[in-house]
Amino acid sequence: MNLFKSTVGRKILMAVTGLCLVGFISVHLIGNLSVFAGPDGINAYAEHLHALGPLVWVFRLIMLGLFAVHITFGVQLYLENRAATPDSYAVQKSLVTTFSAKTMVFTGLIILAFLLYHLLHFTVQITNPDISAHNLALDAANRLDVFTMVTKSFHNAFIVLVYIVAMVALTLHIFHGISSWVQTLGWSTGTSQDKVTAIGKLVAIAYGLAYIAIPLLLLARIVK
Amino acid sequence: MILDGKAPTGPVEQSWDNYRFDQKLVNPSNKRKYKILVVGSGLAGGAGAASLGELGYNVDCFCYQDSPRRAHSIGAQGGINAAKNYPSDGDSVYRLFYDTVKGGDFRSREADVWRLAQVSNNIIDQCVAQGVPFARDYAGYLDNRSFGGAQVSRTFYARGQTGQQLLLGAYSALSRQIKNKTVTMHPRTEMLDLVVVDGVAKGITVRNLMTGEIESHWGDAVILATGGYVNVFYLSTNAMGSSVTAIWKAAKKGAYMANPCYTQIHPTCIPVHGDAQSKLTLMSESLRNDGRIWVPKNAADCEKHPSEIPDDARDYYLERKYPSFGNLAPRDISSRSAKEACDADLGVGPGKRGVYLDFKDAIDRVSENTIAERYGNLFDMYEKITDENGYERPMRIYPAPHYNMGGLWVDYECQSNIPGLFVLGEANFSVHGANRLGASALMQGLADGYFVIPYTIAPYLASITPGAVKEDHSEFKKSVEDIEAQNNKLLSINGKKTVSELHKELGTMMWENVGMARSDASLKDALKRIPEIRDEFWNNVKVTGESKDLNQQLENAGRLADFLEFAEVMAEDALNREESCGGHFRTEHQTDDGEAMRDDENFSYVAAWEFKGVGVKPELHKEPLKFERVKLAVRSYK
Amino acid sequence: MDLTLHVWRQKGPQDKGKLETYPAKGISSDMSFLEMLDEVNDGLIKSGQEPIAFDHDCREGICGMCSQVINGRPHGKQEGTTVCQLHMRQYNDGDEIFIEPWRAKAFPVQKDLIVDRTSLDVIMQAGGYVSCHTGGVDDANALLIPKPTADYAMDAAECIGCGACIAACPNSSAMLFTSAKVAQLAALPQGKPEARKRVLAMTQAILDEGFGNCTNHYECEAACPKGISVKFIAKLNREYLKTMMPTSTGA
Repeated sequence: MNLFKSTVGRKILMAVTGLCLVGFISVHLIGNLSVFAGPDGINAYAEHLHALGPLVWVFRLIMLGLFAVHITFGVQLYLENRAATPDSYAVQKSLVTTFSAKTMVFTGLIILAFLLYHLLHFTVQITNPDISAHNLALDAANRLDVFTMVTKSFHNAFIVLVYIVAMVALTLHIFHGISSWVQTLGWSTGTSQDKVTAIGKLVAIAYGLAYIAIPLLLLARIVK
Repeated sequence: MILDGKAPTGPVEQSWDNYRFDQKLVNPSNKRKYKILVVGSGLAGGAGAASLGELGYNVDCFCYQDSPRRAHSIGAQGGINAAKNYPSDGDSVYRLFYDTVKGGDFRSREADVWRLAQVSNNIIDQCVAQGVPFARDYAGYLDNRSFGGAQVSRTFYARGQTGQQLLLGAYSALSRQIKNKTVTMHPRTEMLDLVVVDGVAKGITVRNLMTGEIESHWGDAVILATGGYVNVFYLSTNAMGSSVTAIWKAAKKGAYMANPCYTQIHPTCIPVHGDAQSKLTLMSESLRNDGRIWVPKNAADCEKHPSEIPDDARDYYLERKYPSFGNLAPRDISSRSAKEACDADLGVGPGKRGVYLDFKDAIDRVSENTIAERYGNLFDMYEKITDENGYERPMRIYPAPHYNMGGLWVDYECQSNIPGLFVLGEANFSVHGANRLGASALMQGLADGYFVIPYTIAPYLASITPGAVKEDHSEFKKSVEDIEAQNNKLLSINGKKTVSELHKELGTMMWENVGMARSDASLKDALKRIPEIRDEFWNNVKVTGESKDLNQQLENAGRLADFLEFAEVMAEDALNREESCGGHFRTEHQTDDGEAMRDDENFSYVAAWEFKGVGVKPELHKEPLKFERVKLAVRSYK
Repeated sequence: MDLTLHVWRQKGPQDKGKLETYPAKGISSDMSFLEMLDEVNDGLIKSGQEPIAFDHDCREGICGMCSQVINGRPHGKQEGTTVCQLHMRQYNDGDEIFIEPWRAKAFPVQKDLIVDRTSLDVIMQAGGYVSCHTGGVDDANALLIPKPTADYAMDAAECIGCGACIAACPNSSAMLFTSAKVAQLAALPQGKPEARKRVLAMTQAILDEGFGNCTNHYECEAACPKGISVKFIAKLNREYLKTMMPTSTGA
């Protein structure tokens, strides 16, 4: 199908899957922020999620599909673009492009690596068995004590560092991504693009700050 | 010899229709048996190659640039004329015909001009169909502007880039044919010889500019659409690669060079800045619609800032001398008036070779925004080159060589005196007489390419056997050897002067002696100097590199070698034409108030020159001009 | 002024090139950049060296032939200007200037600063036209085209096909070049009948010719001497999306 081969088709696929993934991190962020409401917040949230049963698996499959498309074409386009530019200039100069735009594939791969770690850490819970929710006592309302798992994890400076690095990469990634989709989907009319780009960059920074706030505030014991 | 232009007889209004009805046709299924070579990919060549390819002929098209889209037609800015009469201001095919004949100072062939005026309307339709984004009004109708030498608004335009848009239209049509494999494109290929077998054009020899290989191409007909030769002046508004080479090589093989002295000096160019200047930049003369041209009345004011010169100390000389046409007087008149003002020491700017083109009144009348919308790109271009802001301070302009009305002699069918050799666009001499009106070059190029050659080539093709002569013919071999010998000679001289230095020498001398105003003495001086420079060239030029390689010096040297031969014919023609007409002004032939004096009794003919050898006086052949529809009159724009 | 030039010299397409250093002395600020190179070349020729080969023709900023990356920027530092219209008053005495050819896999260097841009013609041949015949078309005013539409089409049509967009693009993508033609013809009623076919064919040609993919860096727009906007790329994307919608004829 042309969509999967064409230069524009694949670009549109990147934008659409990217948008869906931004939707995912938006929902994820709202869920995460419930940690600030204490054990009753995040433990209840986790319980609700688990109660969805098979739907969770449907959701996970969709996510897998989105990631697969986004990563496959992202890497493929990157390799094609590398091949199209075999030689570099003696004097390299960027006029308007951003560090974020130039490093999409790298930030993307960092996010992928982080994603695997993150799943092992909080979903499969095998990286830090001593503080994983499965091994902790249930909370007062007989729920898995996700809150304690999260706070204890983020009292570990190394884990916090990993998360911060990953979230910086995520911020950079969506910094370009969120400002691009209007253009890619053909809704830009020129004048509107500047505004969308500016808003996109602000949103990316806001997401980044919010995500980084969680481990950082926990580490600093500002949130207990 | 008296030449016959083979113009159809009878009323001129019906000449083209009658011709088309009477001509022989090539059967559609036979067309693919013919191979046509088109040299040049500008408006005439590009449109011609595309149209012939679409008709079913096998076309090979050649250009020296890396893409057909870069032909110098792209440089035309102002617009293209057509007798559409959309504004209902009294235009008609007849009026466009009349204006063109009169504008050409009654030195063109009536029937050719009529045909041009008649097909002008088809051109606009064709270009719109191709998606050329002509300017429109808010209701969605095509917009028109007026141009020099006309009292009606008949010029269609696409901002200040009409030539570019029309060329890209022709290029798109050509691209479609290349895709369809009816046209084979040969970019970066320069024609260096015409191959004539038994007096008939049968092919060309070219140099592949990337590899330096000399290649032969046979064709049942050869079409030259290779543009103009005013780079003979070194500094001109032509592209750096524009040259006389293709048509001069044809001339050396027997094609007559017609009216080579008719060169047009464009009035609105940016003045020369210094010795290192490599070319002159034209600004569309549409600027004269809104700009007022003036010089200070007193030489003492010339150094002053223009805003310090009050209105009554300014001489708006075109408005003063030609009240009905004013700043829109034809190009030759406008250019010569600027030269006269500067010769009288009233010029402005560095070197005092410039006159003001002032937009202050227009800005006050219609606002700066409107002016910017009309000519914004020209103001930007002016500022880039001169570092001056044309909105705040009058522009400085000076005439520059721009176009040649002369070219290879062709008959009504655009066929030269060599059977099988056709010449289109600026490369031929036919429709502009002694002076071309603004926005008529684009019209002629496209008319020849889209609507003339597809018809007029058919009778010739129908009369020959296709593919009768191929590259194995001895004439092809000889031609390749001649070119290789010349290239090797150029590379072996190893003298002291570069090609551009010698070109500059020739150009400066030609501009002084055979430029805007010519005299018996200046022309005789030129005829003495040209062989001297030519001798120096062949003994003292330094060309580096190899012949079988990309070698731009060798390309330029070859072109200059041809200019050095051609310049002589040009000067001979100017010397022979003992009258002033259009772009040709002989100082001996003017009225007391400096107006050109034509001599219809003795010079109402086309001067077609036959090459007789380098340094040998060419032989003059005449084609008498008959005016049946238009009455000969003194061209007055007062 | 006196300058130091570092110019890419390469003998042929198969050879390895390198930067060579040349002094440019006594340069007038009124000269154009190419006139400065002419001066340097005259000096080289006289000293028996091969002059620097570079593409140029109209020298008035419209033919699109000139193509040099000057200090990392296609067409040099003056915005909206081709090399031939760039003037030396933009530079100061003592400046070091690096001059390199367009670099992209689809633009192989032929010699020194000259590259082969045939690929751009191939993209055009894929569909950059309205398939009308010579003659037999409607009266020009039979189609009314609103002024804003005509202006939009003209904005796109101003592309001179120089390839600076590709030279500037970190991916060597030809998207801006292609989109300018797609957008021009898609906006005009004349171009609509073939709009679907055109956008598919021309974007396919981009990949076939070895150009990269567009990832919205917008370096192209910044480097374009004619200020062609990336909004035309958005328009191309929109036109592409339209090809996925069913038409009323079910095709």
